Order: sequence, then structure tokens, then C-alpha cells
Amino acid sequence: MLHKILIAPFVEMAAMPDLFVQTIWEGFVGGVLYALIALGFVLIFKASGVFNFAQGIMVVFAGLTLVGVYEKFASFGFTGMIAAYLSVVVALAVMFALAVAVERVVLRPLVNQPDIILFMATFGLTYLLIGLGETIFGGSPKVMIADQLGLPKGVIDLNILGGRVSLQMLDIAAAVVATVMIAALALFFQYTRIGRALRAVADSHKAALSVGISLNQIWIIVWFTAGVVALITGIMWGARSDVSFGLQTIALKALPVLILGGFTSVPGAIVGGLIIGIGEKIGEFYWGPLIGSGIESWFAYVIALTFLMFRPQGLFGDKLIERI
Amino acid sequence: MFYREVGQYKTTYQADMAVFPILQDRIGIAVILAIAFIAIPLFASEFIIMSVMVPFLVFALAAIGLNILTGYTGLISLGSGAFMGVGAYACYKLTTLFPGVNIIVWIIVSGFFSAAIGVVFGIPSLRIKGFYLAVATLAAQFFLQWCFVRIPWLYNYNVSGAIEVPERTLFGVAITGARATPEMRYLVLLTIVVALTWLASNLVHGRIGRSWMAVRDMDIAAELMGIKLLPTKLLAFAVSSFYCGVAGACMMFLWYGGGEANDAFNVNQSFNVLFMVIIGGLGSLLGSFLGSFFISTLPTLLKFGVPAIGIPLTGAFAEHLTHVMVGALIIFFLIVEPHGLARLWQIAKQKLRVWPFPY
Repeated sequence: MLHKILIAPFVEMAAMPDLFVQTIWEGFVGGVLYALIALGFVLIFKASGVFNFAQGIMVVFAGLTLVGVYEKFASFGFTGMIAAYLSVVVALAVMFALAVAVERVVLRPLVNQPDIILFMATFGLTYLLIGLGETIFGGSPKVMIADQLGLPKGVIDLNILGGRVSLQMLDIAAAVVATVMIAALALFFQYTRIGRALRAVADSHKAALSVGISLNQIWIIVWFTAGVVALITGIMWGARSDVSFGLQTIALKALPVLILGGFTSVPGAIVGGLIIGIGEKIGEFYWGPLIGSGIESWFAYVIALTFLMFRPQGLFGDKLIERI
Repeated sequence: MFYREVGQYKTTYQADMAVFPILQDRIGIAVILAIAFIAIPLFASEFIIMSVMVPFLVFALAAIGLNILTGYTGLISLGSGAFMGVGAYACYKLTTLFPGVNIIVWIIVSGFFSAAIGVVFGIPSLRIKGFYLAVATLAAQFFLQWCFVRIPWLYNYNVSGAIEVPERTLFGVAITGARATPEMRYLVLLTIVVALTWLASNLVHGRIGRSWMAVRDMDIAAELMGIKLLPTKLLAFAVSSFYCGVAGACMMFLWYGGGEANDAFNVNQSFNVLFMVIIGGLGSLLGSFLGSFFISTLPTLLKFGVPAIGIPLTGAFAEHLTHVMVGALIIFFLIVEPHGLARLWQIAKQKLRVWPFPY
């Protein structure tokens, strides 16, 4: 038994390195997409101290809006790339409207409430968006308009280590998009006026208000940014599978990524995403069959919890100093 | 006026510390218990009992459990659904292994299994706090749910992959299984709920409850006052899981009758219980009852009540509407009354006390 757990999987890895590389690549792509969802969480947490549980449903909602609007255009006989990008614009407008609505209705009355109250409010938001989405777009899964958006498709086969590793073009595109977006966001937070204001708000609502930062504006900006991230995530996830409410469960997967990386760190979201994505795929592929498959549903949490026992604030999180 | 406590002197410490110090409260509780134990089984229809009262009582028990952890001790948990599952599966294993022992004994004992599992998943709570802990309890949710599906021993290798509730009797009357009448199931459930609520009330009013609340309000200060954090938090996890486990066992044996076991303990159930606690009121036993009544009857009301008054509503749309309404109500309550329905009752009581004067 010990041999099967401790030695056999590594022997298998060494015996078939191409399969190992393939597993790592798949984990890498999954990790990038987890990181994207986690990024939406981090943005909002960093800039307003709200733990936004609704980020996952925002991804679904943005994807559904995009496909729904495109279907509407298609019913008038207006299809193709222009229609697709017009739908993107409409979806962005919807996410902006959502950001304004959230700020007006939910956040403004709850300024300076304890964190837990704001967290629970995003729970309410989640259910509201699930109900609205199902009412407007129906509960059935939809196909993402990947071709019309001009996303690459096809497979590249590489000869590595005496075997064949196949990479989906779509996955490569997802990785590139994620990298560009993360870099842009990091620069935005570090070097622009608004980015500095966002960080100030995260530190203390009261202090930011007293130096003349408009809390309402900042909140709209940050929720809209999270909406944009959600839309991009929705497109990428939707192109890999379907756009459906089942995607919510993926958002729950982004939570271990967050606690692993730390709630306040953009690099943490990425590193955490990659660790969880790759670790989960390797665990499922090599150790999963030993205890019955399907361990992907909780393996990520076990990885995250193990890290937490040693660093309770996550890998890149801020160390909390508590005073009485 | 209606609530005037003038002339009700407290002359002993016992009277001062009583759970219901006011005569009107004691009368009210007695009336409610009489209605619940006598009037409802005699006069209510089967529909009222099985789709309103039984779900309400089951969820009330689970909500009390979560309220002890989240409302009284301040530890957020998103794993209550899984702990309910542990209770249900433990009860099933016990009653099939030892069919001779009364089922009510096993329903209570299965709570202890759930408590043990709860303690294991509560251990990280010393190191990690707040949102980090909430995510850690999600680990319990997903791991246990996986166990329910993947370990065939838990459901006795049934072909259906779910637990099948056998028939068990009390004094020769069937209380579980297909032949049990709704009235019997309701009475058994009500007895369990009343007994456990009494127990919980004593717990939270005593030394243990006060140490839980001290930890909730500020754990470092509580530690300085000499409260040992780890045992206190673990005890909260244990008691909370105990209640959830008993609720889960009751749910399977007295309400569902098996079948849907895999689906009944998923993460949505955990959220549901959390909503009951939020809407009912954090840190209030009364709130657990009010919240669970509210949330558990809302779908029934939308599905059967709204068409009854002439507005046609399809089943799917009613479900979506439930989501929208629950979501909107949570936000509404958090903004308007963060202390939930229980606080509204307190306000009403105060108004009755000073009536007819405003102050």
C-alpha cells in the first residue's frame, strides 16, 4: 500500500514524461483560469475590503449576457464578428450598470459595517443574480460564440521527451490574455492616481473619505473592473465548456486559490492559481485512482489548508497585527 | 401595557437569571407548546404537517446549530450541510447494524458522530480566522460530500447509491419508513426539537455560552481574561455539528425517507441554513426558528400559495422567483435590520411594553 502511494506514481511520472508534461500543461491552463476568477475577488477585496462571494456568478452572468445578446442579434440576421464585438460592448455596458446598481443599492447603505455583513450581502447578491439570470436567459447551457469572437482553435502537437504533447490553441490564447490583463492591472494599481486611491480605500474607508477620495466613484470603478475580468473569464471558460450555471462551482474552486495566495495580493492570485491548478491535476491523475476518482472536488482545499497551517495569512497576504 | 412587568419582583438569584423572567413570556411559551403538541396534530392537514411544519422543525434544528457557531461564537461556517449528512449516514449505519435499539436513541447518538467530525474540521480555527476559516469549512463540505458518494460502505452497498430508510417503531407505532403517519413523525420531531432547544438555551445562558460570546466579541481579549481559545472554539464546533447532525438524521428519517440523500447535503443546503441564521438573527435562538420558518416556507408559499389566489406561476419560474426573493431579502435585511427577524420581535415587545405611550 505504501509503495502504491509513495513510489508507484513517481515511477509512472518518470516512465512517461510526455504524459507528465501534458498533465502539467492541463493543470497550468486550469490554474490560469482559476487565477482569473481569483483576480476578480482580489480586485474588489483590495480596493474596498469586501469579500465578493458573487464573483463566480458574475462570471456566469457576464458570459450569459454576451451569448444572449448575440442570439438576439442573430435573430435579426445580424451575425459575424461585428455582431460578436457589439455584443461584447453591450455585455460591458450591462456589467457597468451592475456595478452602479451594486454600489447604489448594496454598498452605499452598508458603509462602515463589519466585514461579515458585507460578505453576507454579496451572498444575497449571488442569489439575486442566479434568479435573474435564470429568469432572463433560461437555465439551459449555451454555447460560447468563440468562433465569431475570432478566438483561435485547433491543436498544436509538440514532440517532447519522446512523446506527443498536444496543446489547445484556445488554452494558449487564454494564458496570453490572462498574462496581459494581470500585467495591466498590476501597473494600474501601482502607478495611476486611481490605483493609489483604490489602495487607500482598502486600508480605511474613513481615512480615504477624509482626504477627499470619493468612495462611491472608487467602488463603481472597482466593481466595473471586476465585471470586465468576469466577462473575460466567462468567455474563456465558456469557450472551453458551455456557459451554464454549473460554472458557479468553479468559482468555489477559486476560493482555495485565494486563501493560498492571500486575499490582497494580485501575484498571490496567480501563483495560488497555478499551484492549485497543477497540484489538483497531478493529484487527480496519479493519486486519484487509489482512493476512487473525483478527488478534484476537494483536493484543492486540502492543498490550501495544508499551506494555511504554516502561513495563516496565505503566501503573499498581509500579516495581521492584532491589538486590543 | 400588555407587557407590563410591574409588580413581578425577583427575590432570588434564580428568578433573576431565569430564561423567561416575565410572566407573559411564560404563558406565551406554554400556549405555543400546547398548540404545537395538541392542536396541530389534531387539526392540521397532512400537507401542512409534511410540507410546512416538518421542514420548518428540521431546519430550525440545523439553524440553531449554525447559530451556536456563527452567531454565538463568531466563526463562519459553510459546511453545515455536510455535517447534517454525517448525522444522516451515521444514523443509517447504526440502525442497520443494531436494528433492535430504538431509532430515537440512534438519531441522538448520530449527533455525536457529527460532533466528532466537526471537531476535526474545527482544529484549524485556532490558527486561521474569518474568511479563511469560512473557506476551510468549505473543505469539510466538499470532502464529506465526496465521501457520501464514493464510500459504498456508508450506504450499505445499495444499488441505488442512496440510503433507504427502514421501518422502525416506538411502542409498536411506526415512526419511520413508509407506514409512519405524518402526525407520528411530526410529534417525534417536535419532541426532539423542544428538548434540544431547551438544552441549547441552557448552554448559551450559562458559563459556556458566555465564553463563546466573549470569543466572538474579541478573541484576544477573551484569552487574556482566561478563556482557553482552543477548547472553547472546538466545543462550539462540536455542539454546532451535534445539532446539525441530529437535524440531518431527522431530515432523512422523519421527512425525506432516504432516496434524495446525495443531493440533500450539498453546498446549497449549507448556504440555505446560513441564510436562515442571517435573516432570523445572528446570536438568537428565537431567530433560528423565525429564520427557518421564513426560508423553508417561502418556496412552498410561492409554489402553492400564489396560484391559489389566482396568479398562475409555473414551477420553474417559482423557483427562480424564490432565488430572487431570497437574495433581495438578505440584502434588504442586512441594510435595514442587521439583527434579523428576532430584533423585530424585540422591538414589537418594547412597543407593547410602553403602549399606549410612544416612550
